[in-house]
Amino acid sequence: MTSALSISDLCKTYTNGHEALKGISLEVQTRDFFALLGPNGAGKSTIIGIISTLIGQSSGAVSVFGKNVATHVYETKLNFGVVPQEVNFSPFEKVADIVMTQAGYYGLPRSLASERTEKYLRKLGLWDKRDNRSRMLSGGMKRRLMIARALVHEPKLLILDEPTAGVDIELRRSMWDFLQEINQSGTTIILTTHYLEEAENLCRNIAIIDEGKIIENTSMKSLLGKLDSQTLVFDVRDELQSETFATIGLARSRFLDSHSFEVDIGKDENINDVFSHLEIKEVKVKGVRNKTNRLEQLFISRLKTPNNFPNTDKGETTLC
Amino acid sequence: MLGNHKYIAFETILIKEIRRFARIWVQTLVPPAITIGLYFLIFGNLIGSRIGEMGGFSYMDFIVPGLIMMAIIQNSYANVTSSFFSQKFQRSIEELLVSPVPNYIILAGFIAGGIVRGLAVGTIVTIMSFVFTDFSIHNFPVTVGVVLMTATVFSLAGFVNALFANNFDDISIIPTFVLTPLIYLGGVFYSVELLPEAGRIVSAFNPIFYMVNTFRYGILGTSDVNVFWAIAMLGAFVIALFVICILLLRKGTGLRH
Repeated sequence: MTSALSISDLCKTYTNGHEALKGISLEVQTRDFFALLGPNGAGKSTIIGIISTLIGQSSGAVSVFGKNVATHVYETKLNFGVVPQEVNFSPFEKVADIVMTQAGYYGLPRSLASERTEKYLRKLGLWDKRDNRSRMLSGGMKRRLMIARALVHEPKLLILDEPTAGVDIELRRSMWDFLQEINQSGTTIILTTHYLEEAENLCRNIAIIDEGKIIENTSMKSLLGKLDSQTLVFDVRDELQSETFATIGLARSRFLDSHSFEVDIGKDENINDVFSHLEIKEVKVKGVRNKTNRLEQLFISRLKTPNNFPNTDKGETTLC
Repeated sequence: MLGNHKYIAFETILIKEIRRFARIWVQTLVPPAITIGLYFLIFGNLIGSRIGEMGGFSYMDFIVPGLIMMAIIQNSYANVTSSFFSQKFQRSIEELLVSPVPNYIILAGFIAGGIVRGLAVGTIVTIMSFVFTDFSIHNFPVTVGVVLMTATVFSLAGFVNALFANNFDDISIIPTFVLTPLIYLGGVFYSVELLPEAGRIVSAFNPIFYMVNTFRYGILGTSDVNVFWAIAMLGAFVIALFVICILLLRKGTGLRH
């Protein structure tokens, strides 16, 4: 099967000397839901910029469905859609006009463009806003409009650069459902996000990029399998004093407050052992939750400069 | 991209451009009409009646072609610079750059938008001129040809300006410090016969002087320049600027990193 995206030894050095990509190689299979993660300035947007031809590569090769983006510009561009990180449509245009115009750029006849515009604006809950100027939309609506715009020519590969940034939880969940639906219908999706829960829930494969290099490239399942331990927070029914907690004698545990404590569970340990121990000590557990997202734990542990995350800005260049 | 797809893309850019300047008609169509109307009133009617004839025509008749041409030049240039630079500034140009539209279609779409606005304002000004004077067209092909070529030249020049511009100052410097002096010294308000020898030599290096005079020939049948030479020069400008724009787009000047 042809890869949806193939990147080979990709390097990019900006004119100011900043080396954004240092020999990146990556394969994304057709129909995959792929996560590209990394801290700010790691090079994610540079990769997306190069795929979408907004940024020129210094060396290496990028192919979309087997065609090199530098030599087969038109064929490759027909096959992908990009949802950029920042809002990049005219604030003065009407919602429907923005999508219709994009359809026109891909050569869609007016009747088909109109049909697709309605289809995607309805799917993304923007049909009622079609005659509004885009500046009147909320942040979440603007993000959805960018997705509708990227889908209007029905690309085989959809690249989303932080599509849910600034979107409330409810809307984020409905966007996840929508993205899963279009992935199931055959569209390959590459997603960059800072919400690691989002990547964990949606993506089958993952690459982590840091300082212009790929530091992990594997399936989500095998990556999460590398987690040595996870920290679980136990909420208890009855009030607990720190002195009483000390007498319970739970290994690798810490008292948090009068109704909760946390326990580190190793990858080879059984959580039932903890419950058995607590039952013996007559501690009634009301609920258990992960202290942090599992992927987040791994992500931070893999980064070269984790202390700088998430506020590091290494001068990543915007797309224009 | 197939031929009909390219046509649809071109049409889309053109419609978007027309929609843009039509949406802000108070900024794009009304000001030039008022400004040129005041020129007609003050220079043509009030002062012109005391000047007498120029080049064998009443002063009002003499300046009408120059003022129409001035409106076309300024508006075709302004449309492309402001539209293209605004899209660069808002980054909405990325919509177009990530799409499969070839560079020459992008250029053709923006240039056509500039020409349409130039013609729209030129038409408004021409209609207004009938309030002050009557004129007929002496040579229709020359009149139409020079209008289209001049609008094309200045739309292309505006495109180059917008590609290099990094801020809004950069798109006002050329119109203010280059275009306006060239227009005013391009024979809009006077015949070159009135100038001393040195002034005539300097005027020979002003391309707008040729455009205004060729247009004046098309309307009135009188000109200070050789019309065929002027049209050939305009054609050369169109070709040269088109090639420059394509090379800049291919290089990604001002657009791609």
